[in-house]
Amino acid sequence: MDVRVRVPTQLRELVGGAAVVEVSVGGASEDTATVATVLDGLATQHPALERRIRDEQGRTRAHVNLFVGSDNIRDRDGQATPITVGDELSIIPAVSGG
Amino acid sequence: MTTTAASDEAVDTADAIVLLGTTKGLFTLRADSGREHFELTGPTFAGEEVYATCIDSRSGATRLIIGSVSNHWGPVLRRSDDLGTTWSEDETAALRFPEGSDASLDRIWQLAPGPADEPDVMYAGVEPAALFRSEDGGRSFSLVEGLWDHPHRAQWQPGGGGLCLHTVLVHPDDPDRLLIAISAAGVYLSDDGGSSWRASNRGIVVGFVPDGEDLEFGQCVHKVSRDAGDPERLYLQHHGGIYRSDDGGDAWTAMTGIGGMDFGFPVVAHPTRPSTAYLLPLESDEYRCTPDGHCVVWRTTDAGESWAPLTEGLPQRDAHLSVLRDGFTTDGQDPAGLYFGTRTGEVYASTDDGDSWRLLAEHLPPVMSVRAAPIVR
Repeated sequence: MDVRVRVPTQLRELVGGAAVVEVSVGGASEDTATVATVLDGLATQHPALERRIRDEQGRTRAHVNLFVGSDNIRDRDGQATPITVGDELSIIPAVSGG
Repeated sequence: MTTTAASDEAVDTADAIVLLGTTKGLFTLRADSGREHFELTGPTFAGEEVYATCIDSRSGATRLIIGSVSNHWGPVLRRSDDLGTTWSEDETAALRFPEGSDASLDRIWQLAPGPADEPDVMYAGVEPAALFRSEDGGRSFSLVEGLWDHPHRAQWQPGGGGLCLHTVLVHPDDPDRLLIAISAAGVYLSDDGGSSWRASNRGIVVGFVPDGEDLEFGQCVHKVSRDAGDPERLYLQHHGGIYRSDDGGDAWTAMTGIGGMDFGFPVVAHPTRPSTAYLLPLESDEYRCTPDGHCVVWRTTDAGESWAPLTEGLPQRDAHLSVLRDGFTTDGQDPAGLYFGTRTGEVYASTDDGDSWRLLAEHLPPVMSVRAAPIVR
């Protein structure tokens, strides 16, 4: 199963300028795919992008928000949030910075 | 490998380069061989905090390496083999804590070349306090587990900048002898290439805890620099106090004070002249700016027995400046080029051992790291 991942402007140079990348979630099925499995796929296909999203221990970076559709995964089950065919995962920088 | 094009063109004819790591990206000064004319470019990686810069020409051509962190996207190590025209980062992250450590990289504080005759060896000091070693020119690093597993580590406390390993010195005659400094854990030494470490802070008085005269560790060492003539002689700027060691860091003695000013961040040894070093003292732990509006660099030529003020070309009125631990450097030449950047975005330089200074840049973001060197092609 492939999932569309929407890439913010700041990170598009890491994926050849693409606004959206299709990420294969390998053996995950529609019933078992989660945000984590999508990010695992991203780590294989676009590792420089994935590590902007998660640190080396797999934790979502504090000032990065991930949305499945219109839902912030922090309001659901974090990286365990299910994702299914047709869902889009959006990477959006939080309103923070310095 | 991904490659990021810099927004600026490298100057093909430049003979010297100065990297200015700021809280809003990397700026670069390029100069002619006489270091008379400097051209400023940047920012590269705008918005990223560049705390670590390194210029490494040991392999016969100048390589630039920087460590930056984005508030959103985390830390990145990048290298450039074309003087900053393009930069690359390793696909798999050159610098990362291993699985099982339960630690993640917050910030790269120091990038230090290894021994002169081992051009592929370099070290990185990071936050949380840890040392990494590369044996492939910075393409990949491994955690130095001897330090990570040190029994003191659980008791290390962060300084104001975080729990950072900010200084790495490799002994010029014995690459197995390493000195690192951590704020606020102090100096640690290794004699076996990093397999084992011992705290070595004897003589450094800690004023911010009771009974701070005989602590094994917990010192807030801000920076250490090695003398050009005697590799066993080291100069140290502590959170309060300036110290010298004549035995490779085993013991420390207070140097002659500079008018009661014992606070500051950087200390820079002259690159070629023995017993010569520079300090840039700040007024008090509370204020942390150049005292009384006078910007003064102090130089010793007798290993800290006495200090002389250097003021020619430096602002002596309404100059409330602050210079951080890696904001002051030398370019390794003789006479020494000396460069420092401030938290208010000024960059000053001297190309005559500090006798006179001039303003190279102003209105930059806060300067965190300055490195300078001749270009080798």
